[in-house]
Amino acid sequence: MPNLIDQLDIDNIQPNLWSGTLWRDPQCQQGMKDMLQLLPGFGMWGIVTGVAMAQSELPIAVSLLMGFLVFSAGAQLAAVPLMVVGAPLWIIWLTAACVNLRFVIFSAQTRRHLSCLRPAQRLMAGYVCADLPYVMLMNKYGKSPPASKENPAPLAYFCGLVAVNWTAWHASFVIGVLCAHWIPASWGLGFAGTLALLALLATMMLNRQSGMIAMVACIVAVAAYALPFKLYVVTAVLAAVCAGWMLDRLKLDVANDAATTNTDDT
Amino acid sequence: MSEHLLYWGMAIAGLTAVSVVTRSFFLMIPRDVQVPSWLDKALRYAPLAALSAVVTPDILLRDGVLLTSWRDARLWGAAAALVYSFWKKDMLGMILVGMGTYLVLLLLAGW
Repeated sequence: MPNLIDQLDIDNIQPNLWSGTLWRDPQCQQGMKDMLQLLPGFGMWGIVTGVAMAQSELPIAVSLLMGFLVFSAGAQLAAVPLMVVGAPLWIIWLTAACVNLRFVIFSAQTRRHLSCLRPAQRLMAGYVCADLPYVMLMNKYGKSPPASKENPAPLAYFCGLVAVNWTAWHASFVIGVLCAHWIPASWGLGFAGTLALLALLATMMLNRQSGMIAMVACIVAVAAYALPFKLYVVTAVLAAVCAGWMLDRLKLDVANDAATTNTDDT
Repeated sequence: MSEHLLYWGMAIAGLTAVSVVTRSFFLMIPRDVQVPSWLDKALRYAPLAALSAVVTPDILLRDGVLLTSWRDARLWGAAAALVYSFWKKDMLGMILVGMGTYLVLLLLAGW
């Protein structure tokens, strides 16, 4: 009996993605505004992904269904050539898993604000949390107290971010698929997406430490670029995380040395 | 055609599952399990690293190899965009300036 009451109690204090209070929260609008700013960038990526898939030998309907369900440009573009040649299913799935490995790392962080949701809603929230919503959520609320019913702001911001990201990406993807004929691939229009990320990156360079970590990530990404399945991204993230950890330890050691030579306690 | 449909259907179903599982991976661990604080601190650079890793090869590599010549449309497109972003904090303007520079160099100068 106590377990049942505990369960009911938990249900009452968990935020609900479908509740109006979350969507009316001003942070939700802020999330939408912030994501809209990057729309020209990730919109182009959606279009370019659609164009690439439309130009493969898969039927248009299959491409559209794939985009709608899989919602991951990297996985889709890696899977399409394999599907076209009839590769074994497990190879297709494994390739996609490797390409999407970075999301596993990201989920360790988004957990902070998304784990207050019910399990089914957690799955849904995770599924729509693509690269940009993750980066922007962590930028704004990375160090904040975890989201909860009393602290819905991070969750509301997340809702705003994914509402715009999901809708706009799918719209651009469909546009890309249907208008592939008129969009010249040689123009490399996806570069707009890179520029948008570059702009976002520029706002994240807050101090020398971020600059150094970014350099580590850049160097490792370039060095590891030849790895299959786009693993260079995960490799660079892990290298940068290690570098960050080492820098922290270094600062801690310096601080400890300073503390032992002082008589005050900081 | 029908074997194709079954194959494609299963491929897409599995790919969808991959998307769901990879993106929700650590979310499915019970709420009371805490991420150790050293890991939490270390991970705070992951977003920065991910962005850097995605952006850099696109600008500095051409066909998987480091740029050999400075006559590269993307390099100058990115540079123009960065210069603009120091001047004005306008995302759309930055993308337009960067893409404009890039396309002019690509299509007119043939870089």
